[in-house]
Amino acid sequence: MSMDSLITVENLYRYYGGLCAVHDLCFEVRRGEVLGFLGPNGAGKSTTMRIIGGNLAPSAGRVLINGIDILDQPMLAKAELGFLPETPPLYRDLTVNEYLAYCARINRIPRAQQQAAIDSAKERCGLTAVGRRLIANLSKGYQQRVGIAQAIIHSPSVVLLDEPTVGLDPIQIREIRTLIRDVANEHSVVLSTHILPEVQSVCDRVQIINRGRLVLNESIEQMREKLQATSLLVALRTMPSISELESIAGVASAELVGDGRVRINYAATLDPSDAIVEQAVANGWGLYELTPERMTLEQVFVDITSSDALAHGESGASGKPAEQGSEGEAA
Amino acid sequence: MIFTIAGRELRGLFLSPLAWSILAVVQLILAYMFLAQIELFMQLQPRLPTLPGAPGITEIVAVPLLGNAAMILLLIVPLITMRLISDERRNQTLPLLFAAPISMSAIVLGKFVGVMTFLLIMLLMILMMPLTLLLGSSLDFGLLAAATLGLFLLLASFAAVGLFMSSLTAQPTIAAVSTFGVLLLLWILDWAGNNAGGGNGSDALAYLSILRHYEALLKGVFNSADIIYYLLFITVFLVLSIRRLDAERTQY
Repeated sequence: MSMDSLITVENLYRYYGGLCAVHDLCFEVRRGEVLGFLGPNGAGKSTTMRIIGGNLAPSAGRVLINGIDILDQPMLAKAELGFLPETPPLYRDLTVNEYLAYCARINRIPRAQQQAAIDSAKERCGLTAVGRRLIANLSKGYQQRVGIAQAIIHSPSVVLLDEPTVGLDPIQIREIRTLIRDVANEHSVVLSTHILPEVQSVCDRVQIINRGRLVLNESIEQMREKLQATSLLVALRTMPSISELESIAGVASAELVGDGRVRINYAATLDPSDAIVEQAVANGWGLYELTPERMTLEQVFVDITSSDALAHGESGASGKPAEQGSEGEAA
Repeated sequence: MIFTIAGRELRGLFLSPLAWSILAVVQLILAYMFLAQIELFMQLQPRLPTLPGAPGITEIVAVPLLGNAAMILLLIVPLITMRLISDERRNQTLPLLFAAPISMSAIVLGKFVGVMTFLLIMLLMILMMPLTLLLGSSLDFGLLAAATLGLFLLLASFAAVGLFMSSLTAQPTIAAVSTFGVLLLLWILDWAGNNAGGGNGSDALAYLSILRHYEALLKGVFNSADIIYYLLFITVFLVLSIRRLDAERTQY
């Protein structure tokens, strides 16, 4: 464990009755890093977040916040922690100011610094104008911001955000993402989500969890390499035969996708774009569109989770189908 | 930290119309009973000097008032305590407290202190009625103090049961009904003792009744056993609530 890792999760298990929601999870989050925690519904994201947030006791394993064990010294560990659960924990009958003042007090901010902490949290989350309004009367987006303000008010070293952009409109989502990046300048952020572009736009590192197991843990750069193009979408006015296309150097296979378009797959090392353009000009195919098809994070995600599900299904075919059914409900 | 939570709880109570209407209704009903007792005292007054060891105005007016207050508050306290934890659970605000550096005991004690502050305000308002008698009479302060202490401990026990019941569920109404049920049962345990004419275990049942210990204090008998009974009672239910909240993290 390096000194710089703010969250250390070691061999974490969590059972709900006979159901294993989190299985042998190990990871670290370093200072100033935004970790995207991805997974399909019911994969164990929220369970993990709640365990790190001190809301749920793990069945086995350890969670260290800034080197402090959250089970052994919950007070010290929780002081370093800001948590926004799936449903923002808001008192709807309070105004934003009253609510944040309460949060400042229960997070043990010294009395003299409370007002400054409230003001800075409001400013960072764009709440200055709504300070005197009742939380119940705020829109969903503003309520979400109050939830985030609550999580960062005591300047914790670790901020956990569980699906912070769920149910927001696209503009609000962009604002919240900017806010998350801003928060990450000073804190480490763990962000759980099932919205993939969110991870691509905000996170430094991606973890995919499926059925309680970590199936992928990579930095966003590594991820980008994985996502490089391996196919082209070509639109031609005069469609040549498939065999003609496949004879072009570098083309592994070609398939018609209709609408005058053809998908050309190629080996990762050989990009046949130039050859295709040359051939198209020479033969008068009337090329008007050539798009490299990037593999999206979505595809990687689907590939990983479905292949994992398949492996899981095969090995556990004789196991407990009922258990798999209830896994979805435990989300 | 306890007082921060207590303050929030008290504010929350007064932000809803419930607290105000409860204060008003209780005050109105008890004022009517108070006036009825004064009426009774006025009728008895001419004959009182002739009786040896005759009861005074404190016994005739103040003590029955506090006795009746206990009965009415048995119905009312569940309504005040029902939302303590169940509402937070229903609105999913408990994670805020769990993620903050506060112990479970501080959360439970904070809520208990908050609701007790409210009940104390109510108790003072009730107490003001007998104290107005000082305008035209003198009071037996020893008796009044014992009865008030009794009512205070009784209310604290009600609140402790209510808090525990509220920690069990996410539905305030269920918390209210079950609190009322438990309190009423503990109240009428005394009947078993009275009807069986003592002996064979019914004495033990009667001893568990929260009413019996209150009656002693209403008579002005300050017995430390009664006080310890209430303190134990309150502690047990507070500890149960803390355990219940602790189990929230390990459950499912």
